Amino acid sequence: MGAIEKQRHILDFTLSSLWRRKGKNISLVIVYTFVIFLLASVMFFAHSMKEEASLVLEGSPELIVQRLVAGRQDFIPTSYIDSIKHIKGVQSVSPRLWGYYYDALSGANYTVMVNEALKNRAGEIIVGNGVTRRRATEKRNSVVKVNDTIPFKTYGGSIVPLKVKGILSSDSELVTSDLIQVSEEDFRKIFGISKDYATDLVLKVRNAKELPTIAGKITRAYPDTRPIMRDEILRTYDAVFDWRGGVIVVVLTGSLFAFIILAWDKATGLSAEEKKEIGILKAIGWETSDILLMKFWEGAVVSLSAFLTGILLAYLHIFLMASILFEPVLKGWSVLYPQFKLTPFINAYQLVTLFFLTVIPYTVATIVPSWRSATIDPDSVMRA
Amino acid sequence: MHKRRSDVFFAFLLISTLLVCLMFIHATVRRNINMPLIHEKKEIVRVLKLTDLCLFTEARYTRHPSMADLNTPFQDHPMSLEHFPSGSIMPVPIHLKPRMQR
Repeated sequence: MGAIEKQRHILDFTLSSLWRRKGKNISLVIVYTFVIFLLASVMFFAHSMKEEASLVLEGSPELIVQRLVAGRQDFIPTSYIDSIKHIKGVQSVSPRLWGYYYDALSGANYTVMVNEALKNRAGEIIVGNGVTRRRATEKRNSVVKVNDTIPFKTYGGSIVPLKVKGILSSDSELVTSDLIQVSEEDFRKIFGISKDYATDLVLKVRNAKELPTIAGKITRAYPDTRPIMRDEILRTYDAVFDWRGGVIVVVLTGSLFAFIILAWDKATGLSAEEKKEIGILKAIGWETSDILLMKFWEGAVVSLSAFLTGILLAYLHIFLMASILFEPVLKGWSVLYPQFKLTPFINAYQLVTLFFLTVIPYTVATIVPSWRSATIDPDSVMRA
Repeated sequence: MHKRRSDVFFAFLLISTLLVCLMFIHATVRRNINMPLIHEKKEIVRVLKLTDLCLFTEARYTRHPSMADLNTPFQDHPMSLEHFPSGSIMPVPIHLKPRMQR
């Protein structure tokens, strides 16, 4: 009998043996699949989100200068521009005007930002796709359209109606969902900010390698400022998704350990029926190595089935069903949650990592204790 | 002819492996389709000088984490609890739920 044929016969026998205890084994595969599904979902989601964030935010400003007052961000005097502009290596400095506006009607927070393209076009706004859903209610699914007017309450108490002149594409919701772009005139009118101040300053530099030196010079000249480099923005997103992934993984670790204990218990605490089976097999001439081979196949069947099904379900969940299970966690208290589908950034390395984290420990947890059962004396088992 | 159980298992393995290969093909195709959209988003970020993803709009330090103050846990007043981690694991109070979902 060829080696392959021998393995197939042992596998046939293992599958029949597993099928005899189908209730127990099917529930084990379901739990195992669910654990892998959750771990793979977290991995796929966090990785794809990080990849997309790093690609999209590569376009963010090279250096931003904020002003801090009593540890809080404050408006920065535009007079700072003149001296920062003269620092060697700085190509340009421009003020950025942005802030938050709470809309009492929808209960949503918008990000209001000045767009240079709206210069001399006071009274007009361009809104993100999420903002168009502000009027949607349980019974009414109406959306804001171009030429509709949105009233804004100024900080002086008066109402400024602004006309929607453009809506940003729904594909860009991941970065623009809550964005309202206004003219500088309207921004200063709504928030009551004098012309001598901006929210922060945006710098362009000639050589990106000089960024830390320029940032240092700015802090020395203006100790009340805080320069933020693009790398720091990208690192923030790495940390956010590591952390978010981390919290879920911490929660999952509990269930993973519970599962390992279950698997260990199953493998070590052999039932009387299983012991008898091993005893009979040994009595009819099976070697200890054959019994171990059978146990290996048993572990491989259970873990491979669970692993392959788990990762396929996780892929469906994250990339085709818009991470439906994670949505409540990610949404938090956001009213204007962007509607987006993640781009699948997956690679073989992720699957190999997951394989080593799940399948290998399970196989080890089942095969090592099997050594004990494989060396059972057949005579004593059958007499029991 | 009697079908062996191992044949069924190997068929399952083969189909699953094929599906995993299809998963990678699908991911590559979707990535190629979505790349122009990602570049469009990058261009929007560049032109509008944006700094953050619009993911969590509940507070300013969750909407713009990269622009947030350095003392995030005490954003609102000393001893105020940090909303950011709690917001991701606690359920939304009913009065704060979006009108569409209430």
